Amino acid sequence: MKKTYINGVGCISAQKTFDTIFLEEAVENNTETVLSVNAPVYKDYIAPAAARRMAKGIKNGIVASALALKDANSENVDAIITGTGLGCIEDSEKFLKNILDNNEEFLTPTSFIQSTHNTVGAQIALNLKCKGYNFTYVNGAVSFESALLDAKMQIENDEVNSVLAGGIDENGDYTISLFKLAGRVKNELEQPFNFLTSTTTGAVHGEGAVFFVLENEKKDTTYAQIVDVEIKNNLEENEIEGEITAFLKTNNLQVSDLDAVILGYNSDAKFDSYYKNTAENIFAQTPQLYYKHLCGEYDTASAFALWTASKIIKTQEVPEILKANSVIRPAYNTILLYNQLSGKNHSFTLLSK
Amino acid sequence: MKKGVAITGMGIISSIGNSVEENFDSLLNEKLAITRIEHITTVHADIIKVGEIKKTNSELVDDLKLTAENNFSRTAMIGAYAAKQAVKNAGITSINEYRTGLISATSVGGMDMTEKHYYDYFTNPELVKYISCHDGGDVADKIAEELGIKGLVTTISTACSSAANSIMLGARLIKSGKLDRVIVGGTDALAKFTINGFKTLMILSDDYNKPFDNNRKGLNLGEAAAYLVLESDEVVEKQNKKVLARVSGYGNANDAFHQTASSENGDGAYLAMKKAFEVSGLKPSDIDYINVHGTATPNNDLSEGRAILRIYEDEKVPDFSSTKPFTGHTLAAAAAIEAVYSVLAIQNGVVYPNLNFETPMEEFDLKPHTSLKNKNIEHVLSNSFGFGGNCSTLIFSKS
Repeated sequence: MKKTYINGVGCISAQKTFDTIFLEEAVENNTETVLSVNAPVYKDYIAPAAARRMAKGIKNGIVASALALKDANSENVDAIITGTGLGCIEDSEKFLKNILDNNEEFLTPTSFIQSTHNTVGAQIALNLKCKGYNFTYVNGAVSFESALLDAKMQIENDEVNSVLAGGIDENGDYTISLFKLAGRVKNELEQPFNFLTSTTTGAVHGEGAVFFVLENEKKDTTYAQIVDVEIKNNLEENEIEGEITAFLKTNNLQVSDLDAVILGYNSDAKFDSYYKNTAENIFAQTPQLYYKHLCGEYDTASAFALWTASKIIKTQEVPEILKANSVIRPAYNTILLYNQLSGKNHSFTLLSK
Repeated sequence: MKKGVAITGMGIISSIGNSVEENFDSLLNEKLAITRIEHITTVHADIIKVGEIKKTNSELVDDLKLTAENNFSRTAMIGAYAAKQAVKNAGITSINEYRTGLISATSVGGMDMTEKHYYDYFTNPELVKYISCHDGGDVADKIAEELGIKGLVTTISTACSSAANSIMLGARLIKSGKLDRVIVGGTDALAKFTINGFKTLMILSDDYNKPFDNNRKGLNLGEAAAYLVLESDEVVEKQNKKVLARVSGYGNANDAFHQTASSENGDGAYLAMKKAFEVSGLKPSDIDYINVHGTATPNNDLSEGRAILRIYEDEKVPDFSSTKPFTGHTLAAAAAIEAVYSVLAIQNGVVYPNLNFETPMEEFDLKPHTSLKNKNIEHVLSNSFGFGGNCSTLIFSKS
């Protein structure tokens, strides 16, 4: 069975992550309830005429995937698999508002077309002239992990040699206002926000596009190997430890073998307890890292976590800004990622050197 | 030929019936269900024709025994309705007894509720519960909850090929040994959003859709949900289950030509079919019936027809038909309902008529089968293509 290696990465996030080494310019913003991407210079990647009508998610996806390909010294791939929670939500908002405001008249197709969830994957395929397998997953917080699982399965089965896998989501003003109404966003009055000691509900939201070139061969550019990915739609808080232990066991590992665990704290006290319980118990002696204070919460935020894990294994450095406790290790070769959103859509991703 | 993945249950709700039996009866008796729209208020109501499920939302709430506080979108309700049928049909009583997953598909998700309440959320606190049902994943989440599934649950959204891709992923998960059992399919309710979207693309017909006809004017939208249960051979043997048919081949490729139009030679479609033949180990001449995508848009049928001719080269193209004149184009559910129809074709040895066909297309010599035909069917090929150049082919075979 072939192994899956991360051979290239590209990250557009609320931090400056597109032309930096690894979070050396990262800044924690603990006053905003919604974080926006630190945008790259799009015209370096996309012709300005084309970019003008392009959704934010498409632009970020195109740039992040181009960065990943360049990083992997690859020009093309056998498959493109993306994950997105809400797709190009700004265009969905625009098209729906036009329908409602103009009584279904004077509509143009552009925003309807871009609102289709697989638009980003399709646009990347169009740019690369990639006629291979092209899937898009839309399942809340496991949208990206579904893409990873699919990619890994096809590499293992020897159906493809290389996959471009990524997670993309964008903020939409009206959708964010609805999220605020539904209590999913932090109350502005409660800032400054502290992700590790939060006692209030709602999360700091964000957006981003992160892509990976996954290949069946180790090469000079290799970051890490994706050992396993597991998705569970529903778990009770008291089932998490057992789930993690069993997941590690199927990979012949114990908690003590982990050099770090990356947890998806999003400042929502109601559901951060899923992480906190494991942090205080099975992971008490494990270096614990967090990241959503840098990129915000969104359905595919866990792709940002995979990016940080890849960088840590390759550089063997853990930026201070990611540390949730003071435990350190002499080397960082095996990392576990655990994420969930509102107690649903749990994912466990295991990486090794 | 390689042994495919076993299908042990099916469930469906569409404009032509609320069960597998009702759907089959409509197909046999040419009972199409393309009508004026009743459940959605739209300025296009007098122009367009749709394949609408005639159950109202409150009837669906009753059927599913949901509480008054539920926040199910129509997409989730019809999805749960079909998925429950499939599980029952497969004789499953203890859903988590084996490693069981759910792979759903949708294009609009909970848009039917979003568009109804979009501006009212701020003034009516009772509606706030519907905000979270907008996203595609919520549909699978609700279906999984209704079925009691605890495990791998995910959703594919690749426009009109979505459900083909969920069947494909499910088959792969079983073949790779990652799951013992998986419920696969798709669901999409009609929405003003999609009606207007297709309207702006100018591919909606004001008449009954006529696939592969020279004078075709576009598609009729429809709504539907269908799910199939796939099980590993170990589970089938252990439980001595009846296998309805098998998923023997699958392929997905991208046309990489245009965001919403298919290439002239149907490159993506050709590659998808080619891959499906490779996976199944079958030859094009082994296929007894093709359930074409056949949306009746000028672009799709030309591109699909050319791709089929490329696959068959000098050989005779088997009987083919589009069932969309019966149901309308049900978007992310289309490949799932057509998978159910393909299995029924194999089980009962029938080729469905391509209704409304009159005049062959001038670009090539391809004529769909226009009347019901009884014959032995070993293998059915089913095509589904979507925006973003997404092309998928499934092959179903007699067990």
